Amino acid sequence: MFALIARRCVYALPIAIGVTVVCFSLVHLAPGDPLNAVVSPDAPADVVATLKHAYGFDRPLPIQYVRWLFRAASGDLGRSVATGRPVAEDMDQAIGNSVVLALVAASFGFTLGCLFGGIAGYARGGVIDRVASLCALLGVSVPHYWLGMVLVIVFSVELGVLPAIGMGPHGAEVWAWNANDLAHVLLPAITLAVIPLGIVTRTVRAAVAEALNQEFVLALRAKGLRSGAVLRHVMKNVAPVCLAVMGIQFGYMLGGSILVETVFAWPGTGFLMNDAIFRRDIPVLQGVILVLAMFFVGLNLVVDIVQTLIDPRMRRGTAR
Amino acid sequence: MTSPAVDIDSAPATPVRPVAASARGYWRRVGRRLSRDPVTIVCAAILALIFLSAIFAGHLAPADPYKTSMLDRLKPFGFRGHLLGTDELGRDVLSRLLYGGRLSLLLGVSPVVAALAVGGFLGTVAGFFGGAINTMIMRTVDVFYAFPSVLLAIAISGSLGAGITNAILSLTIVFIPPIARVSESVTAGVRNLDYVGAARASGAGLFSVLRVHVLRNVLGPVFVYATSLISVSIILASGLSFLGLGVEPPHAEWGLMLNTLRPAIYIDPTVAAVPGAAILLTSISFNLLTDGLRHAMDVRA
Repeated sequence: MFALIARRCVYALPIAIGVTVVCFSLVHLAPGDPLNAVVSPDAPADVVATLKHAYGFDRPLPIQYVRWLFRAASGDLGRSVATGRPVAEDMDQAIGNSVVLALVAASFGFTLGCLFGGIAGYARGGVIDRVASLCALLGVSVPHYWLGMVLVIVFSVELGVLPAIGMGPHGAEVWAWNANDLAHVLLPAITLAVIPLGIVTRTVRAAVAEALNQEFVLALRAKGLRSGAVLRHVMKNVAPVCLAVMGIQFGYMLGGSILVETVFAWPGTGFLMNDAIFRRDIPVLQGVILVLAMFFVGLNLVVDIVQTLIDPRMRRGTAR
Repeated sequence: MTSPAVDIDSAPATPVRPVAASARGYWRRVGRRLSRDPVTIVCAAILALIFLSAIFAGHLAPADPYKTSMLDRLKPFGFRGHLLGTDELGRDVLSRLLYGGRLSLLLGVSPVVAALAVGGFLGTVAGFFGGAINTMIMRTVDVFYAFPSVLLAIAISGSLGAGITNAILSLTIVFIPPIARVSESVTAGVRNLDYVGAARASGAGLFSVLRVHVLRNVLGPVFVYATSLISVSIILASGLSFLGLGVEPPHAEWGLMLNTLRPAIYIDPTVAAVPGAAILLTSISFNLLTDGLRHAMDVRA
């Protein structure tokens, strides 16, 4: 089994390296010289040359890449062009805030998704199945940034019961798990949870329906097991695939929260990126994307390993 | 996806089994199935209406979409002939919605078409030839697949800067990996079928086997999978404009309209919500149409 885990890690390594190459090339993808943001275009040639040397832009690209990679690995993601602050410092807080948002959204989306999908798959064709299918369809069809606006209109503007933006009275610095702060996270979390809700519902429904069609269910019923006990067997069967989907969805929520964070002015990584886009602050953009993408790669690896560990079929399949 | 979590992986393509009957019989059956599916027909009709109203926006729009009026800003539905009210600069929202459809649909559909061409080609080549070519293509694709789709779109268009071409380019790069993966797996499946081996054995060249026996069987499922990406693409494209990437003011585009109307939710919430409803209607229609299409094409002999 350890050989199996090791093999998964070895597979993930080239992908991780590829991801860093893509992130590195973002700076060179940006139009103009990477120095444009720091030097005015009419600066004298010798100043430009000095700065180029100071930033290391006069070296060949592969060497620049290796130096950048080693600096990033040691936690130095460069400095923001706009504020001059280290990127890593700004990001510390933002990542924590994004994780809070994603955790609350995940607890909504996954619980409801499993519940809806499970019931819908169990009682196909029923009322709940129809509702679940509609939910799944809406979840993947709705532009969630618009849904966020609609929620603000209903709950903040018209009803005035929930705050429209921000993270609470203490701003981005302190997050406490109390009622006031939770009220602030409610609307953004619901908005962020819509897509995972749709996808998890769809996946769980399909998985449960498929498992129920298999012969072992018939055998269990014939053996005289009550429906509750049969359901436990079915759940064990669908758990690996559902966990995998939820793991990936969590990564999507963390990496793709920029639109929701923009709508609700939630001070997370997405908000940081949005600021960076406006200021053409490529180092910040690059740093945030690198960290989020590496997190996603790691998450994929963990999901892969966990899925193999909890699924005896997979374990045996690779042991042979 | 999507978003976040926009999950472009959620719609696995069902390889169409080569049927024994003639191709014409197969398509006739697909057509018969589609004609018996009211939801799909209604969605196709709605989409046709949306496309036509975007194409003929010049004739249909009641007012100039760029004409501002400082006195008539953010007026409600039906104000002085403005059926859907006016926006933050006093422009007619209905006219902007009609014109906005042009860019929204262009930005939503063209990346998928481009990605279908590029990703389909890469995947088919990788699946057909296998070996080192497969490894080279698919490992590169895997790297881009390792990014959450929204993040990759933001990364590329955020670095390139705002603009319609940049938005289309970044979304194309987002959709190439999933399409390449699907076409690779379908091609690899078709390649090992007996009739391909028979064609090779009877002396057919690699290229003609690829064209006649492989491509014709790969195109269907890959096309259906690609259409299922259009709704994601429309949401993402408008999302880019919503963030200030993509379409730039003063052009009309649904996501951009939503962005500029955002501060207006405290003054006139209904007008502010209109462009988003257009995005929702389009993407939901595409989703249902794709479901119907997939259902109809999954004909087993």
